[in-house]
Amino acid sequence: MAADGTVDLRGAPTPAPRASTLQRLARRRSSIAFLMTLPLIAVVAGLVVYPAGYAIYLSMLNRRMDAFAGFLNYEILIENDTFWMVVWQSCFFAVVAVLLKALIGFWLAHMLHHIPTKGQRKWRGMLLIPWVIPPALSTLGWWWMFDPTYSSINWVLAVFAVPAVPWLGEPWWARISVIMVNVWYGAPFFMIMYLAALKSVPEQLYEAAAIDGASSTQRLIHITLPMMRNIISITVLFSLIVTFANYDIVRVLTNGGPRDLTHVFATYAFQVGILSGNIPRGAAVSLFMLPALAVFAFFILRGVTQRNREMA
Amino acid sequence: MSTAEGIYHKAGSLRSERRWALWVSYTSLIIASIIFLAPPAYMLITSLKTNADMANLAGNPWLLTNPTLEHYGAILGNPIFLVFFWNSVKVTLLVVALTMVISILAAFALARMRFWGSQFLATGVFLTYLVPDTLLFIPLYQIVGGLGLLNSTWGLVLVYPTLTVPFCTWIMIGYFASIPKELDEAALIDGATWPQMLIKIFIPVALPGIIAATIFAFTVSWAAFVYPTAFVTTPDQMPLTIGVVSQLVRGDTFAWGQIMAGALLAALPPVVVYAFLMDYYIAGLTAGATKG
Repeated sequence: MAADGTVDLRGAPTPAPRASTLQRLARRRSSIAFLMTLPLIAVVAGLVVYPAGYAIYLSMLNRRMDAFAGFLNYEILIENDTFWMVVWQSCFFAVVAVLLKALIGFWLAHMLHHIPTKGQRKWRGMLLIPWVIPPALSTLGWWWMFDPTYSSINWVLAVFAVPAVPWLGEPWWARISVIMVNVWYGAPFFMIMYLAALKSVPEQLYEAAAIDGASSTQRLIHITLPMMRNIISITVLFSLIVTFANYDIVRVLTNGGPRDLTHVFATYAFQVGILSGNIPRGAAVSLFMLPALAVFAFFILRGVTQRNREMA
Repeated sequence: MSTAEGIYHKAGSLRSERRWALWVSYTSLIIASIIFLAPPAYMLITSLKTNADMANLAGNPWLLTNPTLEHYGAILGNPIFLVFFWNSVKVTLLVVALTMVISILAAFALARMRFWGSQFLATGVFLTYLVPDTLLFIPLYQIVGGLGLLNSTWGLVLVYPTLTVPFCTWIMIGYFASIPKELDEAALIDGATWPQMLIKIFIPVALPGIIAATIFAFTVSWAAFVYPTAFVTTPDQMPLTIGVVSQLVRGDTFAWGQIMAGALLAALPPVVVYAFLMDYYIAGLTAGATKG
């Protein structure tokens, strides 16, 4: 160390030893950098990558977890009607809810963008409230609004002479209720994302289009949508992942009922793995989510890197 | 002549088109606000109603005739509710502190000090953010159980960083990368070390980003539901979310007034943070896709 120091001092004016000092600095820098990222690596490796691999191992054990069972858990699930119902319900729930959230969010973002800037803050603040309340707690409020005897939604419907709806009692209505709550919770997020994207579209483009006599529909199709395409796809894919893997709304609202007809992957994995104590089968259920999630994640990553390249 | 008429006609139609658009905007926003705010409003109304009013089927459920604070009194006098609150505060504060230390250090290294595998690691962080907690809770249940941390708030402190660290690191990389390189060069010429550079330059300059990331970590840890539901079954170790959902909702007769009062009190901290730091909150929300 001391010898190095003396070499530095003597060699400072000439270029060659300076390069070696820089090199050493770079080497030292990378080791500092590695130390600084070590806690992050520990979290990612120990709490995400390792458990993910461990889940695959767990899913191949037998119920008592004392012997290797190969793909038995997967085979049993594939032959199980309830499981296919779960697959179908998860996909239906995610696709319908995300579509509605995206449409409502897009519409509201546009409406917010149209009104004078002065009032936008106030409206935006109010409309984001569903997203701010922890979903497990706001779903409790919805549960009470869906209560068969005291439903306050049915009371409002009765004012418009609509007959009472058995919200959580009938399978189809229960499915619709779960989607309604998820859309209520998630639409504000889409609104905020799309509003941010709308604000980043240069005003000159609209002015040029107005001079060329473009109608508002033409402006939407030829300017707004292409400029927002990237954010729209990232948001939709991200929301697909979160909605597909949703747990809290279904758990609080229906807990899978009536007759296991509203279970999604997460609640079914919880029921099988934790509540019934069949850890390997539960792990297998949740791993069935992986292919869909991997596809969504691939496209998100592509969208994000594309966007970074465009902005750089 | 006819062209001039055409232009005037066009101007008139533009103005009426604009007025019509404004009218549509305000109508949509009013309807959306009513629907978006109805559930929390109804929770508040329920929490202020007497039990007799709630059981009365004849009246309008949305009206509050005899407001009472008895449910709030009952819930705040319930020792287990205060235990839930304390557990949530403890877990959230520890997780936020841990998350911010881990993600600021890592984001600084990843944004400024290129090293072998740093690009790969940054992408990996983003991918981990996309792994949902419902995919990991079963193996984590085994791991946490193996460490003897089931039914303990410490188990939650251990696993919550999987929810917060990836996203916070990701947006902090974005904020740090947007700081001009000239600043670090000037600091290096003045003889600053890397820790000095981080504390004296990066943290102050990226403070808005740090506040946004802290808010994100806070709201996520406060609202976490899957992990506490899976790992905690003894009431005295439960945080608020699962405590309110599992312990107040029991038996055949639901104490709706108390449940709603408890849920609203539990939702209060994130709502208060949002009310005072709305711009940072929204910056954090949109940063994932627009920055980074």
